[in-house]
Amino acid sequence: MAGINLDDTVMTTRLDAVVNWARKNSLWPLPFGTACCAIEFMSMMASRYDFSRFGAEALRFSPRQSDMLLVLGTITNKQAPILRQVYAQMAEPKWVVSVGVCASSGGMYRTYATLQGIDRVVPVDVYVPGCPPRPESIIFGAMQLQKKIEKETLQGRREHIEQFYASMDRQEQLQLERGLTNHQVVREMVLAAGQNGEQKIW
Amino acid sequence: MVIERIDEQLPGAILDRHAFRGDRTVVVDRSRLLEVVDFIFREGYQQLMDVTAVDGGQRDPRFDVVYHLLNLTSQERLRLKVRVADQESVPSLVSRFKSADWSEREVADMFGIPFEGHPDPRRLLMWEDYPGHPLRKDYPLDGGDAFCSQDIGASYAPDARSLNG
Repeated sequence: MAGINLDDTVMTTRLDAVVNWARKNSLWPLPFGTACCAIEFMSMMASRYDFSRFGAEALRFSPRQSDMLLVLGTITNKQAPILRQVYAQMAEPKWVVSVGVCASSGGMYRTYATLQGIDRVVPVDVYVPGCPPRPESIIFGAMQLQKKIEKETLQGRREHIEQFYASMDRQEQLQLERGLTNHQVVREMVLAAGQNGEQKIW
Repeated sequence: MVIERIDEQLPGAILDRHAFRGDRTVVVDRSRLLEVVDFIFREGYQQLMDVTAVDGGQRDPRFDVVYHLLNLTSQERLRLKVRVADQESVPSLVSRFKSADWSEREVADMFGIPFEGHPDPRRLLMWEDYPGHPLRKDYPLDGGDAFCSQDIGASYAPDARSLNG
């Protein structure tokens, strides 16, 4: 009896590759919409642009059920600790897309009220430029994120997220030690990071 | 006219008055604000549209607290102003107008003008322990704050007093 010829019924691959393939094609977005970018996002989800084509059909408004945080709009300093908390609550693995100039760099709002880039408080994977970006731009951003997910290692992503949790621990510790509010702690951490020549606290 | 009647009923309460294109403004003695408001409330000015303030910078006294009132019957409007110096307080109007609650909190938050007798004198827009009052003229535009100015370079208003020293 001849041996069984497996021929092309079996395909070998790496775990990273197959898991990442699954991950990139089922991103569940969480819209953190605060301004005009969120309106562009609505149009991106609607029939003309139809973001569902990218496997991101399931839009969730709960951080615990989503893995792609879309920050759409101006984030104020008052919102900064809240954004950190929302990101911390998301299921792992998780990715962040910063949509529009306000979220990415504070945009035109260089004032006491606006956070000058959300990457100071949460790790960002993809920045989408524009004010507001067109829906195509946000889709392109999501496609860039898919490319990034394709290439990353499971270990690498895990370490990336752990780095953020370490900063959450530092935040909690500071709070316990000095009895500060959420806002004060994040502000102190940004200040300390600035003195060390860093632009981020995570 | 209501301004003439205030003059009749409460002599000396109006310190100054002017009108611009039909908008009438009266400057009221700070200590008699409640009296004046009570009076014009009975005259029909029963809606407090807005409370805000103006920072005159170097002027003395520094601030104007501005009240916009609407007469719901005649649709006439009246603007009251009260002059306040730094650290001086203004009587709260919450006992007369419920809408004054948040408006006065906003003014207290953004200008640092205390309202005497306010039932809930917390900050409204900025968080607790926020450094300074952002709508004051000498407040640096970027707040001189870690969230903004650190590692970006010079402040928009380099001469302005930075709150972080």
